[in-house]
Amino acid sequence: MATAIADTHSAATTRAESYNDKVVRQFTIMTVVWGVVGMLVGVIIAAQLLWPALNFDLPWLSYARLRPLHTNAVIFAFGGCALFATSYYVVQRTCHVRLFSDGLAAFTFWGWQAVIVLAAITLPLGLSQGKEYAELIWPIDLLIAVVWVSYAIVFFGTVALRKIKHIYVANWFYAAFILTVAVLHIFNSLALPTSLTHSYPVYAGVVDSMVQWWYGHNAVGFFLTAGFLGMMYYFVPKQAGRPVYSYRLSVVHFWALISIYMWAGPHHLHYTTLPDWAQSLGMVFSLVLLAPSWGGMINGIMTLSGAWHKLRTDPILKFMIVSLSFYGMSTFEGPMMSIKTVNALSHYTDWTIGHVHSGALGWVAMITIGSVYMLIPRLFGRESMYSVKLIDVHFWTSTIGVVLYIAAMWMAGVMQGLMWRAVNDDGTLTYTFIESLNATYPFYAVRLLGGVVFLTGMLIMVYNVWKTIRGSEIAEQPVLAAA
Amino acid sequence: MSGFWSFFIIALTVLNLVAAVWLLMATSKSKGLPQGETVETTGHTWDGDLQEFNNPLPRWWLWLFYLTIVFAVIYLILYPGLGNFAGVLGWSQTGQYDTEVEIADSRYGEFFAQFADLEISELARNDAAMTAADNIFGNNCAACHGSAGRGAVGFPNLTDNAWLYGGSEDAILLSIRNGRMGAMPPMIDAIGGDAGVANMVEHVRSLGGLEHRPEMAEAAKASWAVCAACHGMDGKGNTALGAPNLTDDSWLYGTSRDVIAYTIANGRNNQMPAQLPLLGEERSRVMAAYVLKLSGQVDD
Repeated sequence: MATAIADTHSAATTRAESYNDKVVRQFTIMTVVWGVVGMLVGVIIAAQLLWPALNFDLPWLSYARLRPLHTNAVIFAFGGCALFATSYYVVQRTCHVRLFSDGLAAFTFWGWQAVIVLAAITLPLGLSQGKEYAELIWPIDLLIAVVWVSYAIVFFGTVALRKIKHIYVANWFYAAFILTVAVLHIFNSLALPTSLTHSYPVYAGVVDSMVQWWYGHNAVGFFLTAGFLGMMYYFVPKQAGRPVYSYRLSVVHFWALISIYMWAGPHHLHYTTLPDWAQSLGMVFSLVLLAPSWGGMINGIMTLSGAWHKLRTDPILKFMIVSLSFYGMSTFEGPMMSIKTVNALSHYTDWTIGHVHSGALGWVAMITIGSVYMLIPRLFGRESMYSVKLIDVHFWTSTIGVVLYIAAMWMAGVMQGLMWRAVNDDGTLTYTFIESLNATYPFYAVRLLGGVVFLTGMLIMVYNVWKTIRGSEIAEQPVLAAA
Repeated sequence: MSGFWSFFIIALTVLNLVAAVWLLMATSKSKGLPQGETVETTGHTWDGDLQEFNNPLPRWWLWLFYLTIVFAVIYLILYPGLGNFAGVLGWSQTGQYDTEVEIADSRYGEFFAQFADLEISELARNDAAMTAADNIFGNNCAACHGSAGRGAVGFPNLTDNAWLYGGSEDAILLSIRNGRMGAMPPMIDAIGGDAGVANMVEHVRSLGGLEHRPEMAEAAKASWAVCAACHGMDGKGNTALGAPNLTDDSWLYGTSRDVIAYTIANGRNNQMPAQLPLLGEERSRVMAAYVLKLSGQVDD
């Protein structure tokens, strides 16, 4: 593989006339690799919930240490590499110019891989800041900040050099994602180091909680939504061969989405010491977020109008359309769960886990998988993937896996919520916590099955990608003249 | 919060909602274009073939958006949200909690009130009281004492009739109501370092009737006086202090030499949290009866 993805650039003089696809290839391959790793860790911890002995009494394999490894691997390694790969590909193609700086782009690749490897070492060692989705210790946080600023320079530098006046909609979303994640990461990670591996956050008490969930929910809103909408806005119309449904709709839902998402964090802190007014604003804006979220779904799905027949034969398009359907579903579910009355039932239950995975597997992973299947042949000089049939098999595997997973967690979550609030005639609680855990057991088994099925699909993808790129000859792709 | 921050929050909130409405109104002026193919693209082309139609906003979507904004406005008038404005309903989460507690007290208070005149030993024979107590135990006590009350390492077994603070009705009730703070100081310096600890381990094992090395146990007796201050000269403990009886079969942390050595050298700190603030007087008494029954002191 090393030779396959080696740089085949010829003389430096021709560089400016061709796209920098080397960094795209690197990030694309690592998307698949980290996807398998992250989901494998997910399967392991799902199995630990079913059979706790699977931690083998080793601290490095305990659930509490592997769980953040799973979330970091799937969000920042798998999702992150997918966003780097596609944004670098898309920004060059839609600006009709080579990436702003090859050196800085290469640094973002190696820097990001270093972050991932450091995370994979420190988290099992138990080194953690204890902030969800921001567990990494401060030296790694610094590296992330440096890589991210470099990413912003490469991306915005490329946009600045564009040969076409209008900035394509995908780039708005990528731009919002890059800028906002920089702000979120830096402010949530502000800390006073006490040693190389330990620090205290600069915020105290409930302010710390609020900053954490301002970060946490916008990690969902900007990393896992805006970034992947950028991906959607290029790959869906490209694959469908149809123009985007509505420019107007993309303008409206873009500005509405990025302004309103910012408020939604407090819904993670309903009925806590967070002041009432902040909780209310979090809930209200989460509800207003429904329409802007659906704007993206509509624009993606309606792009297929006039090309619906392609769904019968094109499994890549199936991945994309189903991912948009899951996006629509989870962005309906999210606002509902943010309503205090519903949240009082759903909070702290596995319903939340189901919701997250309907977004993470259904939306993020499936739009990524579709885009990667489209990218790989183009990046490696092939007509198409080695086997279109296997893409179809992967599609059905993924779909069945997600459905098993989220259905199990929905049922488990609602059941837990109801059991925890059930009261006897004498006012005592009907069930103990351990009884609710016992009742959840079968659902943990179904969840594990769903995860294994989804992971199997990823392994099929690895095989298909391997067969596609092996022995391929990579050709430089010339920068297209602006229309 | 200060008037400035209150104003800041209100201004940002209103600005964002007004901006959303303006955006919708500015872009939804439909020219009555037919949907789909007949709509023209914006005229831009990227990457060879990427284009955009400019379809009008779907009406149902537009109205959904407006509807959520109307909901937001109404909600922010009724409930706290706009800075210091408390909302016209006067709702607060602490108020909601107080109301729910009041309702629960009025609904279930009567049930527990019927036990007020019963002795704790009588309560222990009352089926209704013990059924309620079993549920309370499962949610409030089992996390430390185990679902069957048999305890765990560091957490007393309630079924063996061995007591740190005494097993009388009053002592049990006091433990539940007010909690207990158990502290054994580190003794390593007071009894002669590691060698002293090793000897004392054998002496403690001998007190408990466990296999031990007699000569080492004998050597420890010289420094036993500092231990006896709490555990008594005979090692039978002192319930006034919560000092364990070392001569019985009840071992809070286990009987291995390593564990006993650790306890002697480093001391122990234990805490049973006060339950009165959580359970109230009537439920505390019911739980005292339940623990009395668990310990086997109540005949059926």
